[in-house]
Amino acid sequence: MELVFEIEGGDFTSAGNASSKIKKVLKQLNIDSKTIKRIVIAVYEAEVNIVAHAKKGILKASIGSHFIEVKLTDKGPGIEDVEKAMEAGFSTASKQVREMGFGAGMGLPNIKKNVDELDIISEMGKGTLVKFKNYF
Amino acid sequence: MKISDIQKLTEARIIAGDLLTEKNIKKAFSSDLMSDVLTLDEEDILLITGLANVQLLRTAEMADIHVVLLARNKKASPEMIQLAKENKIVLLETPFSIFRASGVLFSNGIKPVY
Repeated sequence: MELVFEIEGGDFTSAGNASSKIKKVLKQLNIDSKTIKRIVIAVYEAEVNIVAHAKKGILKASIGSHFIEVKLTDKGPGIEDVEKAMEAGFSTASKQVREMGFGAGMGLPNIKKNVDELDIISEMGKGTLVKFKNYF
Repeated sequence: MKISDIQKLTEARIIAGDLLTEKNIKKAFSSDLMSDVLTLDEEDILLITGLANVQLLRTAEMADIHVVLLARNKKASPEMIQLAKENKIVLLETPFSIFRASGVLFSNGIKPVY
């Protein structure tokens, strides 16, 4: 099963819509609730990252019988130093993002904590691909 | 602790959900930073916050939190109330500060997450 969502940069009202739909689908598949929570927290953090930093993005979730693979591709500023961005507390988020309750430099580390496989490829001035996989 | 007891102790108003929802809340977490809430491994806790926006409800949804107490007299927007109802989240508003709400609930037996 493949689910595709478009994500608008800066649209904080809609941030989380894709994660919410993915959560509902995973629940219907009778996957253990702790596993669902790990997956949707990673998806939500990644979705918020696009809203917070990029112009727009696409989220594709492929659900197999024992895994989910999520790919988020955005058109945005890119991440200058991915290793640094993975450090807890490192953030380039705006004041507006912080007022929404995010932007504390915890998103990427929290994605890493909740997924089984993670790849981040970024090109400055073009955008970022975040790809992760969880098994169940 | 029952949700109705949380409501009485914090002099809260119920904005969405049912006070009689059968939940026995044992632990709470107080934060305005949703990133911190999303790092918690426990679910079914009470979230006490002064952050009144849609992302509060999205965070609660993803983190399997079903009871949210808005402190400092913050008001929930219609969009927040709608999202709370859709996800069966009980949403309460208290005039107490986060410190006071947390203190009252702690002294009545609610435990911290850590």
